[in-house]
Amino acid sequence: MEQTATDAALQSIPALLARNAAKWGALPAYREKEFGIWQSWTWSETADEVRAIALGFLTLGLNRGDHVAIIGRNRPALYWTMIAAQMCGAVPVPLYQDAVAEEMAYVLDHCGARFVVVGDQEQVDKVLEVQDRLPNIQHIAYLDKRGMRKYDHSQMNALADISAEGRAAHQRVGAELDKRIAELTFDHPCVMLYTSGTTGKPKGVVLSNRNIIVTSKNSAEFDRLRHSDEVLAYLPMAWVGDFIFSIGQAMWTGFTVNCPENASTMMTDLREIGPTYFFAPPRVFEGQLTNVMIRMEDAGKLKKRMFDHYMRIARRVGPAILDGKPVSALDRLRYRLGDLFVYGPLKNTLGYSRIRVGYTAGEAIGPEIFDFYRALGINLKQLYGQTEASVFITQQPDGQVRSDTVGVPSPGVEVRIGDNGEVFYRSPGTFVEYYKNPDSTASTKDAEGWVATGDAGFFEEGTGHLRIIDRAKDVGKMADGRLFAPKYVENKLKFYPNILEVVVFGAGRDMCTAFINIDLTAVGNWAERNNIAYSSYQELAAHAKVYEMIQDHVEEVNRSIAVDPMLSGCQIHRFLILHKELDADDGELTRTRKVRRNIIAEKYVDLIDALYTGKDQIYTETEVTYEDGRKGSIKATLTIRDAAVVADEQRMAAE
Amino acid sequence: MNQMNPEGYVTADGRKIGPVLMEMKNISLRFGGVKAITDISFDIREGEIRAIIGPNGAGKSSMLNVISGFYVPQDGEVWFRGYKRGPMKPYQVARLGIARTFQNIALFDGMSVLDNIMTGRLTLMKSGLFSQAMWWGKAEKEETEHREKVEKIIDFLEIQPIRKTPVGRLPYGLKKRVELARALAAEPKLLLLDEPMAGMNVEEKEDMCRFILDVNDEFGTTIALIEHDMGVVMDLSDRVVVMDYGKKIGDGTPDEVRSNPDVINAYLGVSHD
Repeated sequence: MEQTATDAALQSIPALLARNAAKWGALPAYREKEFGIWQSWTWSETADEVRAIALGFLTLGLNRGDHVAIIGRNRPALYWTMIAAQMCGAVPVPLYQDAVAEEMAYVLDHCGARFVVVGDQEQVDKVLEVQDRLPNIQHIAYLDKRGMRKYDHSQMNALADISAEGRAAHQRVGAELDKRIAELTFDHPCVMLYTSGTTGKPKGVVLSNRNIIVTSKNSAEFDRLRHSDEVLAYLPMAWVGDFIFSIGQAMWTGFTVNCPENASTMMTDLREIGPTYFFAPPRVFEGQLTNVMIRMEDAGKLKKRMFDHYMRIARRVGPAILDGKPVSALDRLRYRLGDLFVYGPLKNTLGYSRIRVGYTAGEAIGPEIFDFYRALGINLKQLYGQTEASVFITQQPDGQVRSDTVGVPSPGVEVRIGDNGEVFYRSPGTFVEYYKNPDSTASTKDAEGWVATGDAGFFEEGTGHLRIIDRAKDVGKMADGRLFAPKYVENKLKFYPNILEVVVFGAGRDMCTAFINIDLTAVGNWAERNNIAYSSYQELAAHAKVYEMIQDHVEEVNRSIAVDPMLSGCQIHRFLILHKELDADDGELTRTRKVRRNIIAEKYVDLIDALYTGKDQIYTETEVTYEDGRKGSIKATLTIRDAAVVADEQRMAAE
Repeated sequence: MNQMNPEGYVTADGRKIGPVLMEMKNISLRFGGVKAITDISFDIREGEIRAIIGPNGAGKSSMLNVISGFYVPQDGEVWFRGYKRGPMKPYQVARLGIARTFQNIALFDGMSVLDNIMTGRLTLMKSGLFSQAMWWGKAEKEETEHREKVEKIIDFLEIQPIRKTPVGRLPYGLKKRVELARALAAEPKLLLLDEPMAGMNVEEKEDMCRFILDVNDEFGTTIALIEHDMGVVMDLSDRVVVMDYGKKIGDGTPDEVRSNPDVINAYLGVSHD
């Protein structure tokens, strides 16, 4: 990497923080909504708070190389804690706050954290629940004092008390802290993030200062991010994306990170802040679009007609205007009017009025959803990345945005396709190692630094854009040797608002079948409009009319799959609608809501058998885990339906 | 139990309970010929969670209404913070530092959650009608201060997402929580809860229990509550008064009450042959 003289000194997050405090001292760095108003901290206040926490950590005896676990929702003080830990030479390890105590125990044990910093009493309770198995934990710090008075505080402190203690001790430990900050190098670990693990136990991905800072710099320059940009930090702190956006890029460019009041006020807070740079997984955009459509169904006639009329215009010319392609003057005028009457107010309601750059990633996004937002004039783009790459592998440059690709290699990233179709990359963001797991490190990253993504894909002729088909290991063969790409089919089905989740089976079988989860919001609303009464998810899911609707969707997808001769074998012959939503608490999804095929196949083996033995109905009992960790069971009799498939010639003759 | 240290006592979980806050002396209440309460005496101490339980029709709600000053008993005396209390208007009761929630939710359905809670601070507002209407001078500063207090309560009860939602649109469990918020907004010395868990599901009950304990812990508020759910009462309260047919049949810690034969009879019935 080229390094200028000033860049050379900026080789750690604490160094960047010091630069920002000097350069933009009076500008807002972090905001959090609390007590109904946005509280904000400038860069110099932030630097002061972070230093106080770091001094407090030193008085408590935080050592170089220690791991500091951080559990809670996005709050400025938790971000500061991460930087404070780095100042002390320790490594922050953010954890998923909705993880149950068991999952948490594994990670806490694996990283050997001595200090745990949590948001509130709920998280303290979870840590205490497993603490007897984790002798390493020496100190728990919490943010929210509520309900904490009666706890044994011999090994516990409010974070505010730690920073007060640190401030008081600045003369005693200040020099030591300065020494430790000066020791930080480009190759010092910056953060350790546990991958959610579609299979097996989570792995601790160690990312160095170099990984984070160079990646942040490159990606910030790619999208011309500025210190005046605003982001909303609402995605889990344990996810690499949040670390890059809310720490890496925020520190590099000096933009403002806004933390919502709590998880359920996110949409209101989004509107109030109006971020200029925004990331959301496809399901957030899907959810919002579904909401808009539901509300438009209930709107007055005039509004509905206006919406329909101008959305037609937007879909026709909006993306072209956004990409700067030639559009006739009349269409431009129509689009202007639409912006005045419909798009502007709608974007304002959604909180997207000011977005310059928006990204989505993690799962495929439905072309219709994607186009809807682009038609409104929102510069929504796709990127492809993973924790091991410090997020960025490929991303779409402005003006070259399509729903079916994930863009061109990000600056500084090399990408190649392996012989089996697997995507490999090498970049300055490539992770250092999996913590305490040299075997996995070696099998993922080769000696030359190439990392296997585990995804199968190919570069499109002409454009140089990467297209991802599926997880490499999920792409299989059916009994008769035809290609089986479950995710390809699942995504096509999930693009229907009524369908939330799909699991397709068929590897090594003679036909494909599917489990389907309906989307309660969309189908519930449809039921209301059609006077269908239901009392629970289970009842709605089993309704004959719902089955008919889903069958239509399945058959429509079958027809579109049949067009591609290579994948026509993936048409769905039989399906059932599951009686419960797939849930991360039951281990069926990862915390980032990816389907865990093996676990589902194991758990619902009776249902899969029924799909392949030609039964019409199957009785089943399923164990479920409630949010508080208790277990219960659901009993149901599920209907199995056959879906029409487009047969190829030989079969047509036989039938 | 009646031979208690006048300075207070320490509970099993280590909370310090203070001296007597309210004392009921030989209360009797009649509606015409119906004796709702007959000669009941007990006290409520500072910082305590005090429950009144009993079967249906035992006179619990009447007792709560006597405590709140809504009913004036024909016989007996009510002493509050060292003074004997005479007949009072509701606003006088509120100014004394007593707030309550109702068995049948009594909120303003058309108003937002925030406004509903703000009404709880009405007795604490000092600026005049004119300056409030004009949003002028002291009124502006005062409203800001009150709003800050209310926001702290909203934060405390975790109802931020519904701050601006009209109460009429909320589900039952949340309405109950808003009612508690409004009562808390008055910064009461004594908080009266009339069946706070009635009609709630298990999860809502657990939440409400936690909030009641937290209110007591965080603000040091003395709480008197009526409740049907025995499990809740026994877990929550420091001392319990048991009523049956308008009479007191037991008074003491949950354990003492649980082993009291009169209480067992009243709840489980007694064979008459």
